Amino acid sequence: MALRTEPFVLNMGPVHPSTHGVFRMRATLDGEVVIDIEPVFGYLHRGIEKLAEQRTYTGIIPLTDRLDYISSMNNNFAYCLAVEKLAGIKVPERAEYIRVIMAELQRIAALLIAVGAFLNDCGAYFTPFLYMFRERERIVDLFEMASGQRLTYNYMRVGGVSQDLPEEFMPALRKFMAMMPRFLDEYDQLLMQNEILIARTKGVGILSKEQAINSSASGPVLRASSVKWDIRKADPYSVYDRFEFDVPTQANGDCYDRYRQRVEEMRQSLRIIRQAMEQIPPGPVKADVPHLIRPPIGEAYARIECPKGELGFYLVSDNSIAPYRCHIRPPSLINLTALRDMVRGWKVADLIIIFGSIDITVGEIDR
Amino acid sequence: MATFDFDIYSLVGFQAVPPDWPGGFWWHWLFFTVVIISFVLAMVMGVIYIERRGMGRMQSRLGPNRTGPFGLLQPVADAVKVLLKEDIVPSAADKLVHWLAPVIAFAPVLVIFAVIPFENGALLADLNIGILYVVAISSVSTVGVFMAGWGSSNKYSLLGAMRNVAAVVSYEIPLVLAIVGVVLIAGSLSLNQIVVAQSIPFILLQPLGFLLFFAAGCAEINRSPFDLMEADSEIVAGFHTEYSGMKFAMFYLVEYAEAVAISAIITTLFLGGWKGPLLPPWLWFVVKVVLVFCAMVWTRTTLPRIRIDQLMAFAWKFLFPMALLNLFITALQVLAGWPTQLIWAMIMVNFAVMAIMVLIWSRFFFRLGWGRIEV
Repeated sequence: MALRTEPFVLNMGPVHPSTHGVFRMRATLDGEVVIDIEPVFGYLHRGIEKLAEQRTYTGIIPLTDRLDYISSMNNNFAYCLAVEKLAGIKVPERAEYIRVIMAELQRIAALLIAVGAFLNDCGAYFTPFLYMFRERERIVDLFEMASGQRLTYNYMRVGGVSQDLPEEFMPALRKFMAMMPRFLDEYDQLLMQNEILIARTKGVGILSKEQAINSSASGPVLRASSVKWDIRKADPYSVYDRFEFDVPTQANGDCYDRYRQRVEEMRQSLRIIRQAMEQIPPGPVKADVPHLIRPPIGEAYARIECPKGELGFYLVSDNSIAPYRCHIRPPSLINLTALRDMVRGWKVADLIIIFGSIDITVGEIDR
Repeated sequence: MATFDFDIYSLVGFQAVPPDWPGGFWWHWLFFTVVIISFVLAMVMGVIYIERRGMGRMQSRLGPNRTGPFGLLQPVADAVKVLLKEDIVPSAADKLVHWLAPVIAFAPVLVIFAVIPFENGALLADLNIGILYVVAISSVSTVGVFMAGWGSSNKYSLLGAMRNVAAVVSYEIPLVLAIVGVVLIAGSLSLNQIVVAQSIPFILLQPLGFLLFFAAGCAEINRSPFDLMEADSEIVAGFHTEYSGMKFAMFYLVEYAEAVAISAIITTLFLGGWKGPLLPPWLWFVVKVVLVFCAMVWTRTTLPRIRIDQLMAFAWKFLFPMALLNLFITALQVLAGWPTQLIWAMIMVNFAVMAIMVLIWSRFFFRLGWGRIEV
């Protein structure tokens, strides 16, 4: 006798241990197999794009902190680049270098969280997560020295950064740079060759090259699918054209490759920081910019390579003290569009790790 | 087998409770019931503390250290906290099943300890089918878990409960086959007789059997890396998602009591039970149980979780053939009569076999993901 079965809908989230915030997935399951999912988001909507229309150009910077709250420095960076492009402001040399150092440190911190959370989703009960938080803590300490904040830094300004690095920053950064490669090797030893992890992640959730390009994915997700595209190389901004670094790619585009890709990118970030530390010149850290900036009528789009992919700010000015329109291109949201194709036919447990390997921040998706 | 079995009791001057204890059946029964319940509760508190502190140290943090000296009262604080919580029953739940599930899950765990010897002859019932009884009774917990999953009318609970049933049904087989190796050498099913027969701990004669039993035992009681039934990152809390208050405390108790039970069985079967020099036998027993539990904590902090189809494949394609092979080798050795002067050579052979098998199998472990077995 054949048993009659039927698929059922499992509502995962918005409050679920591994949806990385308040994200909801309506998964249609056949037993343990995922037939279809429907992402539902908007639980963290704060209307940042609309709020931006009523703030001064400087007043928007704290709002950008709250987009992708685990890589605030990069959000500041992208926004300031957009305003500078709009108003034609030249940034002093030293400020450019400080921005690059901050952005790369932030990239390491954000990728540490991404990798740690991914391994946590795989079921390694908090051990890798807490190991990675240990190093993130040191980066956050550095940020606290420079900006006084530990999460929402509000450090960069239009035309530079809010204040010069304190005296104790550079020695502390050197100390950090000396030990970080050792810690990266430790992460490799921790789980990279683990049989269970390989069985769980190799060949799971494959995002093909074509799919990745068609869904306009960016960042580690795109590069893990063997597409060599990094905005720091392809469309250099700030002083990135002065540094020597590689764009690592992986061959298969599965969860394991995305995990490895992130670890590799941390190594490249360390290379960039090391060069920036050598080259950083003395001088002012902020251009002479009025408090209330009135950019000429026009529009500008600036994009950077943030830890999750291409983060873009599109600003339209009507020559007032606030932008007429501020649009944000969040990499998390766009990378997420490929999720449905990736999870179909896999199990619930795979759904979680594939979702974790995309690495989203809900603050950025909902804005 | 009892080749160099010296009398420990004359050494320490400690007299174990003999099987023909004066006072008759009912006194014996009452005494050991009290001993077992207090032992299980005390051990559960101890292992919760050990797990929380040990995991803290392994995860580069401190662990609980605010309640009492060194955080020793943390299990008490946990228990009080959980007991003060409101007992919530979902409106769509099957009330009776929901209420009955924790009780049914808890009872068998206590009953297992009836046949586990704390000292020579110091056990509630020296059944001559002791180990068979353990295997049979320990499966009953699954009924409670499945009732919890079904009665909660929650999809996460149901998924967790289904996973549990699938795992237990599969892992019973390598578990039993690993036990058979020990039984062949000891020549008895009684746990007390098995301990008495261990002139050297059976882990030396049965290293592969020990690994199999440890893995299958971990799967049986939902310890990592087989903790799919309560995989917090996937199905929230599995079968006890809808439980709170006292009922949740029961499940929590079951989880750790099962861990203690499996540790006690491993101790009895493979580590020489209460045997050991100098210390009193019951203390040796406790020390060994705690050591086995520490190994479980270690695996929990180290390993990622495997997937449900990999769980099945691991049981049927890896543990099952290995258990058969182990049984075959053991049977041959027993048939050859265990030449006592060659016992160390036998130990070497067994360890070599284990090392080779584990190496070969771990090479192919990553293929588990390719099978795509539908469950």
